[in-house]
Amino acid sequence: MELKTRRFRRGTALLLAVSAMTFAFPAALPAQAAAKCGTVNLADNAWVGYEADLAVVSYVLKNSLGCKVVVKNLSEEVSWQGFPTGQVDAILENWGHADLATKYITQQKAAVDLGSTGNNGIIGWYVVPWMVAKYPDITNWKNLNKYASLFKTSESGSQGAFLDGDPSYVTNDAAIVKNLKLNYKVIFTGSEAALITSYRAAQAQKKPAIGYFYEPQWFLAEVPLVHIKLPAWTQGCDADPKTVACDYPPYPLNKVASAKFMNSGSPAATVIKNFKWTNADQNSVAKSLAVGKMKDDAAAKIWVTAHPAIVKQWLGN
Amino acid sequence: MSTTLLSRPSNESKPAEKKRSKLGFRLSILTCVFLFFAILLRGIATLPLDTSSLTPFQNWLNSVSDWIGNNRTSNPIFTFFINIIRDSINSFVTGIQYVISQPIGNNSAPLIGWFGIVVLLSFVAYAVANIRIAILVASGLVALGLLGFWQESMDTLALTLAAVVLALIVGIPLGICAGLFPRFEKLITPLLDFAQVMPTFVYLTPVTLFFLIGPASATIVTLVYALPPALRITAVALHEVPWSSVEAAISMGSTRMQALRKVQLPQAKRTIVVGINQTIMAALSMVTIAALIDAPGLGKVVIRALESLDIGSSFQAGLGIVILAVVLDRTTTAAASKVDAEMTLAISHKRHRQILIAGGVLSFVAIIFSRIFTWAGNFPGTGFIGSDIAKYTDNATNWFQAHFVNYTDGITNAVSYGLINPLQSILTNSPWFVTGIAFVGLGIIFGGKKLGIISSVCVLGIVGTGLWSDTMATLASTLVAAILTVAIGIIFGVWIGRSKRADRIIRPILDAGQVLPAFVYLVPFLGLFGATRFTAILAAIVYAAPASIKLMADGIAGVPATITEAGIAAGSSKWQMIIKVQLPSARRALALSTNQGIIYVLAMVVVGGLVGAGGLGYLVVAGFAQISLTGKGLAAGLAIVLLGIMLDRITQAIAARSTLQGNK
Repeated sequence: MELKTRRFRRGTALLLAVSAMTFAFPAALPAQAAAKCGTVNLADNAWVGYEADLAVVSYVLKNSLGCKVVVKNLSEEVSWQGFPTGQVDAILENWGHADLATKYITQQKAAVDLGSTGNNGIIGWYVVPWMVAKYPDITNWKNLNKYASLFKTSESGSQGAFLDGDPSYVTNDAAIVKNLKLNYKVIFTGSEAALITSYRAAQAQKKPAIGYFYEPQWFLAEVPLVHIKLPAWTQGCDADPKTVACDYPPYPLNKVASAKFMNSGSPAATVIKNFKWTNADQNSVAKSLAVGKMKDDAAAKIWVTAHPAIVKQWLGN
Repeated sequence: MSTTLLSRPSNESKPAEKKRSKLGFRLSILTCVFLFFAILLRGIATLPLDTSSLTPFQNWLNSVSDWIGNNRTSNPIFTFFINIIRDSINSFVTGIQYVISQPIGNNSAPLIGWFGIVVLLSFVAYAVANIRIAILVASGLVALGLLGFWQESMDTLALTLAAVVLALIVGIPLGICAGLFPRFEKLITPLLDFAQVMPTFVYLTPVTLFFLIGPASATIVTLVYALPPALRITAVALHEVPWSSVEAAISMGSTRMQALRKVQLPQAKRTIVVGINQTIMAALSMVTIAALIDAPGLGKVVIRALESLDIGSSFQAGLGIVILAVVLDRTTTAAASKVDAEMTLAISHKRHRQILIAGGVLSFVAIIFSRIFTWAGNFPGTGFIGSDIAKYTDNATNWFQAHFVNYTDGITNAVSYGLINPLQSILTNSPWFVTGIAFVGLGIIFGGKKLGIISSVCVLGIVGTGLWSDTMATLASTLVAAILTVAIGIIFGVWIGRSKRADRIIRPILDAGQVLPAFVYLVPFLGLFGATRFTAILAAIVYAAPASIKLMADGIAGVPATITEAGIAAGSSKWQMIIKVQLPSARRALALSTNQGIIYVLAMVVVGGLVGAGGLGYLVVAGFAQISLTGKGLAAGLAIVLLGIMLDRITQAIAARSTLQGNK
């Protein structure tokens, strides 16, 4: 026991000496200095389209303005939480979220709507393409009951299975199914991964699959799901979530930034405010990321080099 | 326990058998009565609730969470106390990061570069364990670099270390209190259950509301889950020290404090180290979930890869987590047994001391190296084997999917129509009071009046959350998963328990199953079995079966040699031996592995919600994702906790019964 204690003491002393020397020793490795733009905190929401926006915007901020970009992997709601606390400066692709907008933009005045990203979001009902080839009239919602029995699975009982996805997205599907008197049961797949994998497997094995999906989305380049037209959306037709019997409204995707950041005079604020591109632009970068498995900067560089005029507009010169 | 088993006279098993048959009689009566009323009254009082509807209680939870969000920046309680906690944890974590993972200021490498860390940690492993472990640590760490994830791994290690150190600082003293004062232990046990069973998704958003986005929140989320094992096992460690030795010390004039310091703690040391081991494992299992609130490290890579369903890359990062886990697990386990050996042998080699000094000097030199030379600072290259591993994984998955997809539908349907659907239909269609009374009855049969009361509190609590019907749907899948887990536990447990070689081959696979983030294997499972409850059950089995198997194997291996020898002498064949001798003797292990199987399955309910299982798991996920459903998600989390506590207490009572029967 005695001996052991002494040994431990000596060991501790040695460790202390090691750490003291480590701190005292000068670092030998130099690194690049930061420029005047300062630090920009960008939220990173977990879908590839967002990732494409983020890649290109960070690339421009870093290379044209010398900003230090800090990327924060956050879910959508948590990203908004970051506005009043100053931990998030901007969200680059926002899908709706009227409740969060009311809370943080209208009530707390902590955030500002920076307008469209140029991308138009479409939410709706989709079916795997092989079925459209075989049953061409399936794209009309009125014929869906005719085919309901094809979509039966172990999860849906006697009805057809309608696949719902990531709960972060607004869905009225259960109400739509009920109000249009469709013989389907909504199955909550629970995540985008589950939804995409279901469609991918269904297309590969020629099995039926119908459900919720959205554009722009990289997966549509792999399996071009076909949009089913529901009764057209009109202003207010989806006001009461219980009686919805119409399609989803168009979703112009927008950018949101913290009020503090916009007032800071940072050149990065201008770029984010001016950032605007098309669905085709985003899809090309998204494809480099998801299918080409490129790193963010590499994928961004290709697009930025090919579109100098657009980038110039963003920079405001 | 084995000694009491040894001394058990063989002819005393008759009364136990009688008792068991009486128990069987009561159980079958309960089952029949339950089924009779469940079917007779089906469809009445099933308490269903639409996915998008909320009860007043759930709305109230919503308003509580709103209130916190609105007062976060103005209320002095938040701005003062919580900010202090937040700032100190933040600087603690970033401090560790600056030492091992993140460069400070103008440097390009952290304070200690990779080379320094490899040598230093191997030396530490040698000092606390042995040379074999040191080699394992060195090769494991280098493998992390070769995978291309050096910095990410060190970030993960930094966060894990911070959470573990805090868990130990809080957990061990509280655990000692719990070990000394039974009343305190009783008070704190429900809180620990709560912390362990409450799904992390439920408190992810509230935690960021309190502690904001950043390392502090990620550490606290990890801490909540990692603290209970540290506390619990420390308490158990003190319980294990025979009371007589404490009494002896006190009778010889020690004060109570001295007896604790000189007698109880030294004897409990080994078990406490086991607790540290479990704390580390629990912390590592939070890596991916914490990444959802911006925790740095390997978890981020997994989440990022999942966006584009990139199985290869997510496996590559998952493998990094497994390597870290195996390295830390083996080191602490070996350290625990060394503590044991030193207690009895009291070694004092002079040579050992010299080696330690030499190792210290070597580490020091390596650290200096890692600060001078670029090659020793940042891990060279961008991952020599990483992309190959990702590619092989992709190929293997594709091959597997192409060849097995024709059979998987049949399996999904067989289990769904044969097991899950009937069970779910009975449970969700039965009136809540019929099922509730059946639970209370189970409690009374196995644990007497006290357990009956606990069960009824849980049943009423679940009804109060407004999610009875969803809870029953979740219970159905949970039971199916638990049955399959226990079946696998018995088969593999017996195999491993009987064969050292099987143990050596299978144990690393079991470790991987326990720490590999579920997200990694969910995508291939989804491809094979679709977004179904069966996929969720499979994921739960991958996570739960290892614990079940390990406990079962320990039970089988722990059957005293005298009993098995008696079996051999009586001329038993291999199968007779397993069925008539080993399994009955390992009855307690079987009950324990059932208990742990169920608890681990419940821990996967939320993951199940991500792959199409619906029920409580989906509601928790939805509550995390949508502000208007936050209250409902919280309620679903509560329902999972209540269900978990009830199932845990009942199965524990069963385990305690089999111990009694085994010993008396």
